[in-house]
Amino acid sequence: MSNHTAIDSKNNLPAASRGGIPVDGVRAAPVWLKAAMRAGRWLIVAPPLVFLAVFFLIPFLFALKISFSQASLSIPPFSVLWQTAVGGGGHLVLHLKNYRYLLTDEVYAVSYLYSLKTAFFATLACLVLGYPMAYAMARAKKSTQSVLLLIIILPFWTSFLLRVYALEGVIRDNGLLNTVLLWLHVIDQPLKIMRTTLAVYLGIVYSYLPFMVLPLYATLEKLDTTLLEAASDLGSRPWRAFVDVTLPLSMPGVIAGSMLVFIPAIGEYVIPALLGGPDNLMIGRVLWDEFFSNHDWPVAAAVSVAFLLVLVGPLALYQHARIKQLEH
Amino acid sequence: MTRRVSPFLMTMFGIGVAFLYIPILVLIAYSFNASALASVWGGFSTNWYVALAHNAQILHAARLSALIAVIASTLALVLGTLAAIALVRFARFRGRLLLTGMVHAPLVMPEIITGITQLLLFVSMLQIFGWPHRGMLTIVLSHVAFCTAYVAITVQARLQSADMALEDAAMDLGARPLEAFWDITLPILRPALVSSWLLSFTLSLDDLVISTFVSGPRASTLPMIIYAKVKLGVSPDVNALATLIIAAVGACVLIAAVMARRADKHTQAAA
Repeated sequence: MSNHTAIDSKNNLPAASRGGIPVDGVRAAPVWLKAAMRAGRWLIVAPPLVFLAVFFLIPFLFALKISFSQASLSIPPFSVLWQTAVGGGGHLVLHLKNYRYLLTDEVYAVSYLYSLKTAFFATLACLVLGYPMAYAMARAKKSTQSVLLLIIILPFWTSFLLRVYALEGVIRDNGLLNTVLLWLHVIDQPLKIMRTTLAVYLGIVYSYLPFMVLPLYATLEKLDTTLLEAASDLGSRPWRAFVDVTLPLSMPGVIAGSMLVFIPAIGEYVIPALLGGPDNLMIGRVLWDEFFSNHDWPVAAAVSVAFLLVLVGPLALYQHARIKQLEH
Repeated sequence: MTRRVSPFLMTMFGIGVAFLYIPILVLIAYSFNASALASVWGGFSTNWYVALAHNAQILHAARLSALIAVIASTLALVLGTLAAIALVRFARFRGRLLLTGMVHAPLVMPEIITGITQLLLFVSMLQIFGWPHRGMLTIVLSHVAFCTAYVAITVQARLQSADMALEDAAMDLGARPLEAFWDITLPILRPALVSSWLLSFTLSLDDLVISTFVSGPRASTLPMIIYAKVKLGVSPDVNALATLIIAAVGACVLIAAVMARRADKHTQAAA
């Protein structure tokens, strides 16, 4: 079903009116660029390629290197791998103990699994709240849609840190929520939300909700409503039509939104640190403490490398598989 | 089918929007509260704003953050636009896959990992080359890196939907390549350039985690000061500061939205 949409949407592109011939999804260059290419298109490619390589790729090589070193009291606090022998030559000293430490000290595995669990349920909560929101936006009048979009985009642009702090103002013991509930006599003791797991969930949903709504809206807005008409003409009840037509067709949006929430939520530091209690040990917090409190840079580097292999590796493979699947 | 939004959907939208906005509105209200106690309304007051204007530490941090954000988003605009042109207009080149991957890296990479690895890079560079010392420079470099990615993605989307026939027409009519780029392509890209610069500016202004790692002892950005204050508990001057930042960001978003809408109308009128 989703394969069909991908192909259909490709065919629907008004290719002729845009000029250029699609080549592997990339259009042929206009004349001015062909000239520039001859002059050396490396002038265009090289600056961003080199800059990003220096700041996204090479740091990993250093992290990998430092993860094999030993913590020491020097500045910077790790040992050198290459030890020069007297009279020339030298030998490489690789310390695997940082990785062994990751496997033996269960705090890492536990906090990693805890982060995955927290991110998963927070993503689910975002989806449950965000999907109807995006659907409501997509079904609204075209003129209203741009206003609704702005309403969702505004918090998306507002400082993350300030929004987490703002949420604290509502959920803390003497915050707005408790004040209102006490005043309404719904409760007679303030609810303890701050420094609990619930606060962390609320924080993640609050912070990442726009990331879920925006891609969902983008897919739902393009949804062909005649398909729903057809379903209803053929006797489908609305919810049946939703389950059979809308939901499968909006899967790309569901996946994109979930990824945008799930991935950053796993590494989240600010939310568990500000809203969570001591039990909410997410991997981001463990890393932060390893770095700033324990000053154990090699272990922090090892945690980073392991984290990437366990998280980003599978994600890259997944993306690769998805692109392959779309091509077939 | 008539466009009819079911009451359920409207209710969910309302709940979601209330959830998103109530905390911000409460924060703004608190900033005008004469009482320092969060639970008590002590009357309307602009005292916290006055206190803010006299807080040298915050003013210094705000200036530093604004400077970093302007430099970083401007450099990122140039690098990101180049990356977008390369990705959209060059079918094949060495490093294409690498560039695509790196442009999407900040979207999937947890900030804390980016922060740690970049710090390790700077520390290693200092060991090898004796440069750069951690501080404003290293923060700018880190911010340029992640902002470049966001610029590239935004500009790439616009470039993909741009009409290249216009450029070819200009060239056919005798425009030189750079002229065609300057007179045709750049104006088409302008809304994307403005919004990606603004997005970069706010991302840079907002960044806490990466800045904390790569910063040196003397460079404290605004989010770092705010975080330290918030960690200690409620401080009413942070409410005032937050209100000012939210107002500024709100203005940026509105400008970007109006510009995008005007550009859309322009394109539609031209078509």
